[in-house]
Amino acid sequence: MSILVYIESSEGAIKKTGHEGTSYAKALAEKMNCKVTALTINVSDTDSLKEYGADAVLQVTNADLKHFEASVYSNIIAQAAKEVSASVVVISSSADSKYMAPLLAIELNAGYASNVTDLPSSLSPFRVKRTVFTNKAFCDTTLQTDVKLLGLSNNSFGVHKNVGEAITTSFEPVLKPSSVQVDSVEKVVGKATIADADIVVSGGRGLKGPENWGLIEELADVLGAATACSKPVSDLGWRPHSEHVGQTGKPVATNLYIAIGISGAIQHLAGINASKVKVVINNDPEAPFFKAADYGIVGDAFEVIPKLIEKLKAFKAQSA
Amino acid sequence: MKILVCISHVPDTTSKINFVENDTQFDQQGVQYVINPNDEFGLTRAMWFKEKQGASIDVINVGLAQTESTLRKCLAIGADSAVRIDAEPLDGIFVAKQIAAYVQENPYDLIIAGRESIDYNGGMVPGMIAGILGLNFVTNCTHLSIDNNKATAEREIDGGKETLSCPLPLVIGGQKGLVEESDLRIPNMRGIMQARKKPLSVLPAFEAAPDTKINTFYKPAEKEAVKLVDAKNIDELIDLLHNEANVL
Ligand SMILES: Cc1cc2nc3c(=O)[nH]c(=O)nc-3n(C[C@H](O)[C@H](O)[C@H](O)COP(=O)(O)OP(=O)(O)OC[C@H]3O[C@@H](n4cnc5c(N)ncnc54)[C@H](O)[C@@H]3O)c2cc1C
Ligand SMILES: Nc1ncnc2c1ncn2[C@@H]1O[C@H](COP(=O)(O)O)[C@@H](O)[C@H]1O
Repeated sequence: MSILVYIESSEGAIKKTGHEGTSYAKALAEKMNCKVTALTINVSDTDSLKEYGADAVLQVTNADLKHFEASVYSNIIAQAAKEVSASVVVISSSADSKYMAPLLAIELNAGYASNVTDLPSSLSPFRVKRTVFTNKAFCDTTLQTDVKLLGLSNNSFGVHKNVGEAITTSFEPVLKPSSVQVDSVEKVVGKATIADADIVVSGGRGLKGPENWGLIEELADVLGAATACSKPVSDLGWRPHSEHVGQTGKPVATNLYIAIGISGAIQHLAGINASKVKVVINNDPEAPFFKAADYGIVGDAFEVIPKLIEKLKAFKAQSA
Repeated sequence: MKILVCISHVPDTTSKINFVENDTQFDQQGVQYVINPNDEFGLTRAMWFKEKQGASIDVINVGLAQTESTLRKCLAIGADSAVRIDAEPLDGIFVAKQIAAYVQENPYDLIIAGRESIDYNGGMVPGMIAGILGLNFVTNCTHLSIDNNKATAEREIDGGKETLSCPLPLVIGGQKGLVEESDLRIPNMRGIMQARKKPLSVLPAFEAAPDTKINTFYKPAEKEAVKLVDAKNIDELIDLLHNEANVL
């Protein structure tokens, strides 16, 4: 019996979800009284995994795995799970992980719980808490299979320092041929994405037009945040579809979500509810978003944002 | 080309989410049911294939009799026939096994499902169908074109998009982008009349077991009231975010 956690990386660097997944796996391993093995693909420096509690690392290095391909990656994780006789496999809720998870569940004959937000409340039966109805509710679910696959909701558990051994061994899986070919990848580099960022700055129709998005971008820059928008903003073509968040767009589970000129419709709130702290800036004190937010400013975005940028710059300079 | 569109019958996005029977059942009272939004994009893209390249479209749902109104709506939009597998959709794997068993007997070139449903929202069914049947699979699919036997698909990834290609048969998890919202169709009178004559067959469930069981539902804890900060006092907001919320 052991726990396998799959560590996501980007350009060879471990992502925060990898450290969060390891922290979660370690806490679970303590309950189950077993070891945590982390699996990396094309990561050269695996040292940090030790600090979050990995006892062992299976390190895959293979130039043919340059691009993520769901059926190939899920097959590698299945091979690793068998290698360490994993009874629980932990992955993240990134777009890539959600893509391969159902394939992996089939390969492992594992019950799969996606959007898991906490440690199991009981091990036998194995009961976990996950979100349903696009974050409008939770449910308590029992996984009835021998092997369990858990997709951890991003930022739900957090990263926690632990002590592990992290003995690294290289692992050479057999690569399964795939007839799905990745032809090209277009990715913004050097900019935080909605999925990874700790802070997201989001604009709605209250910003009046695409020409005003410089303000949102500048605020995001100061905060090292990703930018997002409400659905009508992307429907109107002011911003790309990839920035549309909400029930029918991307989910946002970040530490700080700042909503500017967004009314707070139920479909918008559903998608961003999982964020820890919500700040709203809106000139209408009756905007429904104020009921869902932690902090709010009633005011005109065009006056508030420049001041906020200026004050934040001063704050950053002072705390640097 | 034979296309199968998987249709999930879900509470409309404005629905209030409540639970009954000791929080073990979703409260259906006063709830309007609709085609899952992601599936509607998929069905509309299927119509595009039918009209521009020639295709037949079947829709399928795993559910009880109440989902038939949603299947009829799909027929009115333009699907040729509908199948309902008569079973309560117990979990993602159960639904996927039903659809996979049906497809094994009735092969398709293209199976379109949604990236995720807005109720159960596991994002499981399309990938599991592909996994069970060993078919090619692309999810978060924002564009799909088919030339002869070759599919080219775009997939939304964190921070961008990628282009993939593969031969048919293919399973996709679709979403907005497959078509635009303005392309979605509201069934017209003629469509509704025709839909009455189109076949809607009800099949018994295949032998399959779920992997998971939902014990209870619960709603997030009530929120504390928002703390309002004066627009003239932005320093206070920064102080709260830094010292109280610990997010700066
Ligand atoms: C099936 C379905 C699915 C949907 N899915 C989503 C989804 O996933 N995500 C989503 O976002 N929406 C979704 N919607 C749309 C949703 O219902 C709302 O229409 C939308 O969220 C409103 O966007 P908004 O807040 O930007 O615009 P509005 O509702 O127009 O709000 C603009 C806000 O800006 C404020 N404002 C105006 N001027 C200023 C100013 N100068 N300074 C500060 N504030 C100002 C106004 O007071 C107002 O509150 C969906 C709708 C449907 C029917
Ligand atoms: N009961 C069902 N019957 C038919 N298709 C379904 C059903 N449930 C889910 N699907 C399909 O699978 C997609 C993803 O659903 P889910 O895995 O529940 O998030 C949906 O968008 C549908 O296309």
